[in-house]
Amino acid sequence: MTQTLTQTDPLVIDGIPLGSRLIMGTGGAPSLDGLGAALVASGTELTTVAMRRYSAPAAGSTGGTNLFDLLIENNIRVLPNTAGCFTAREALMTAELGREALETDWVKLEVIADEHTLLPDAVELVEATEALVARGFKVFAYTNDDPVLALRLEQLGAAAVMPLGAPIGTGLGILNPHNIELIVSRASVPVILDAGIGTASDAALAMELGCDAVLLASAVTRAQDPVAMAQAFRHAVIGGRLAAQAGRIPRRTHALASSAMEGRPDL
Amino acid sequence: MSTIQLNGATHPLAAGTTLSQLVATVTGRELLPTGKPADGGRLGVAVARNSGIVPRSQWSATALELNDDIEIVTAVQGG
Repeated sequence: MTQTLTQTDPLVIDGIPLGSRLIMGTGGAPSLDGLGAALVASGTELTTVAMRRYSAPAAGSTGGTNLFDLLIENNIRVLPNTAGCFTAREALMTAELGREALETDWVKLEVIADEHTLLPDAVELVEATEALVARGFKVFAYTNDDPVLALRLEQLGAAAVMPLGAPIGTGLGILNPHNIELIVSRASVPVILDAGIGTASDAALAMELGCDAVLLASAVTRAQDPVAMAQAFRHAVIGGRLAAQAGRIPRRTHALASSAMEGRPDL
Repeated sequence: MSTIQLNGATHPLAAGTTLSQLVATVTGRELLPTGKPADGGRLGVAVARNSGIVPRSQWSATALELNDDIEIVTAVQGG
């Protein structure tokens, strides 16, 4: 089942087919080894990283490998983010550093308003999207669950829009499914549900609402068993995608028997 | 003593040091004049000098100057 879906239903962004519709973040993992195992278990082919000051590996650290090497070794495409940026100016600089360091035009654009909510600052987000598109970036815009803003970002040239389910790291799931559905129904670029995912059913719901993919980090990296949770999400995303395409039954007020009433024996 | 700022800390500067030499020292990897690692791998590092990006191809031709503000960044874990 997984194989079939992988081969016939790739997520295509910027002309690049991705076999998995689960995009992983790497934040929150206590060790690089554990993170690698979880990423492999998730089946992801695209994973975000943050850009920060280089620091030499700690003496005696195992393997001596770094995160970028880990992703390359596992054939996982890297998606640098602009996490921690509060202004369009900072985000542009961070995106440029990511492009230079990791040799990719793709960027997950995050411009947050404050550290308490970590919610996107719509004004800075719009400005940064426009500027990055003009500089040739493929912008994955992390946005509020606002159908108007999502459409604006697409019109500005975003390669994908990434509405949040709930604030980053909360695990509250999808707080406004109606808005997510509305964003999906009007989008011509991939819609990736990003942030707020707590458990597998949240990811399945995102896919059932019509999202093209799901991006999550903490839900796996901070789970008690990250590898098992990564497997759960791998299946949840596939299940949700299949369900979305299969055409669910309508909701009814009253029961509808699935066994015929005719032909019952006289008891 | 001549110094620069390297990732927010004061760092000694020997006369004639290039950006390429600094990056090689910091990362512990030998670099080709193209800025790529001599070991054939990928370095995964970008450099900003005085708030402007210096492409790796220009590292070996860029001499560090007194009080330069250098940021060397790489990929770390993040959402």
